[in-house]
Amino acid sequence: MKNRLAQIGANGETLVATYLEKQGAMILARNWRIKGGEIDIVARQGATLIFVEVKSRTSSRYGHPLEAISPEKALRLQRLALAWIATHDQWGADYRIDCAAVSYRNGLKPEIDYRLGVL
Amino acid sequence: MTLASVKGIALVGLRGELVDIEVDISDGLPGYSLLGLPDAALLESRERVRSALVNSGAPWPNKRVTVSLSPAWLHKSGSGFDLPIATALMIAQGLTSGNDLQRTIFLGELALDGSVRAIRGVLPALLSAAERGITSAIIPSGNLNEAMGIDEIKVIGISHLRDLIAFIENGEIPERDGEGAPNEPALAKVDLSEVVGQKKARFALEMAAIGGHHLLLLGPPGTGKTMLAERIPTVMPPLTQQQAIEVAAIHSVAGALIDRSAHSRTPPFVAPHHTTTTTAMVGGGSHFIKPGACSMAHCGVLFIDEAPECNVGVLDSLRQPLESGSIAISRASGTVTFPADFLLVLAANPCPCGRLNGRGRACTCSSVQIRRYMQRLSGPLMDRIDIRTFVEVPSRTELAAVEGGESSADVRTRVIAAREVALDRFRNLGWELNSRIPAKDLRQRFRATRDGMAFLHSELDHERLSARGYHKVLRLAWSIADRNGVTVPGLAEVQSAHQLREGGELA
Repeated sequence: MKNRLAQIGANGETLVATYLEKQGAMILARNWRIKGGEIDIVARQGATLIFVEVKSRTSSRYGHPLEAISPEKALRLQRLALAWIATHDQWGADYRIDCAAVSYRNGLKPEIDYRLGVL
Repeated sequence: MTLASVKGIALVGLRGELVDIEVDISDGLPGYSLLGLPDAALLESRERVRSALVNSGAPWPNKRVTVSLSPAWLHKSGSGFDLPIATALMIAQGLTSGNDLQRTIFLGELALDGSVRAIRGVLPALLSAAERGITSAIIPSGNLNEAMGIDEIKVIGISHLRDLIAFIENGEIPERDGEGAPNEPALAKVDLSEVVGQKKARFALEMAAIGGHHLLLLGPPGTGKTMLAERIPTVMPPLTQQQAIEVAAIHSVAGALIDRSAHSRTPPFVAPHHTTTTTAMVGGGSHFIKPGACSMAHCGVLFIDEAPECNVGVLDSLRQPLESGSIAISRASGTVTFPADFLLVLAANPCPCGRLNGRGRACTCSSVQIRRYMQRLSGPLMDRIDIRTFVEVPSRTELAAVEGGESSADVRTRVIAAREVALDRFRNLGWELNSRIPAKDLRQRFRATRDGMAFLHSELDHERLSARGYHKVLRLAWSIADRNGVTVPGLAEVQSAHQLREGGELA
């Protein structure tokens, strides 16, 4: 069961990464993990760093995927983004934090709901 | 369209302020913020509106939702904003056009399944809306009975959010069965004919109804003080349309229209228990100021049984409304004035043990105890009581009488006739009841006959009557004259009035 969920999550992240590449972004890191948590995708588009949190859901029974991002989680994402910038010595770079929701419906193509600069 | 604005109404006392409910749906993480000083019930609207929308088949925007209620400085409370918020959300999502709603107000609470629940304060809200140029209103169908008789506004009752969508789309409400105004609750019918004997008390009661004279009923337990008081509204003239609307508006704000039909012409009868607090008596509350018992009794009877047992200050809090006919309640959130023009009826035992009567039988109280007991009714308050009457234990012959006493209808006919005489006399003078004659006019224009005045002056000279008592007796004499068809009160009327005023004095 755990494996299946992890599979769905990884799938969703790959879909979003592909989507970003199509938009002309370059993927710098996937699943960048430190003690304080994990950033799903780090990318660069022009001079702007993009940090992406991906949420995948197979049903809307538990509400919209992005509702799972609580204020605490949002704060953590901001700290992680700064941590990435610090460890990669990118101080001063423009950056933004995006969120993407991937919804799987039975038999349909997965749908990506991509929101720019939400945090 | 991601922006929408509809109108609702916020009540401050009996006055409604128009409130613009603006909804903005913008990109961002799903969230909901409500601006404009909402109270706890209003903050919870998010969960109600969301479930109601989803369960009525409308989508919930999984975006950043900002709801703003303006004017922003006004405290808003209650669940009545659920419906306008839901409407604005539907318009902002483009589900309905929402054109042409700038002269429409929305009121109503939403249930989780999308049905629309009745709220309190609909009648005063509609009255204020009419003054502010609103032409139509959408309200819960459960409140429709309050809206009858308001002609300036087209009022539409809805029972489900789906009906609202249908209405905004094509201007029609789908018919539903088994709904409509709730039935008028069966009131216990009381009549004065059920009271046996009590000739003196009946007379006092009739005078109170004719002239609006406040009344104190003294008597041992079980003699029928409460029974008499309950029957005063049945001998009072029915409320005028204007009065009926005022009374219904107050009861609507208090959420008490369940007990009373919105169009009842019967004067209200309110009997707070003697342990009641000052706030419950005069009204209060921090953000949402509610009317108290004395406003609920507006145009009717405020009856306080066991008056000397009342908490300190409760009875004296009635002095302002007794004087001005309204009550101003000031809180941090503002000052609210409610009308409170009532007939005060106090009932009391003559002593702590209750068995003291004119014949001095069986009472075990000391004279000090009795005096202390009556002192709990403060001087300034007692000064405002025109009639003090002793309710006697009915005698054996009275109890055995087959025929009941005179019926309420008969007494009411006399009361109405007497009030018409007074109304005619006071035309263009600014008051309608004998108890409201200003002292100055009483001494000049509305004097009694020469021998009547002579009697009063001699009482004054012997210090058996205070200056205030002198005026009270005169006013009462006018009521007696009106009842007996005498054009100017003479010696008989003045003496009878003097007896009514001083009659309850025992010690």
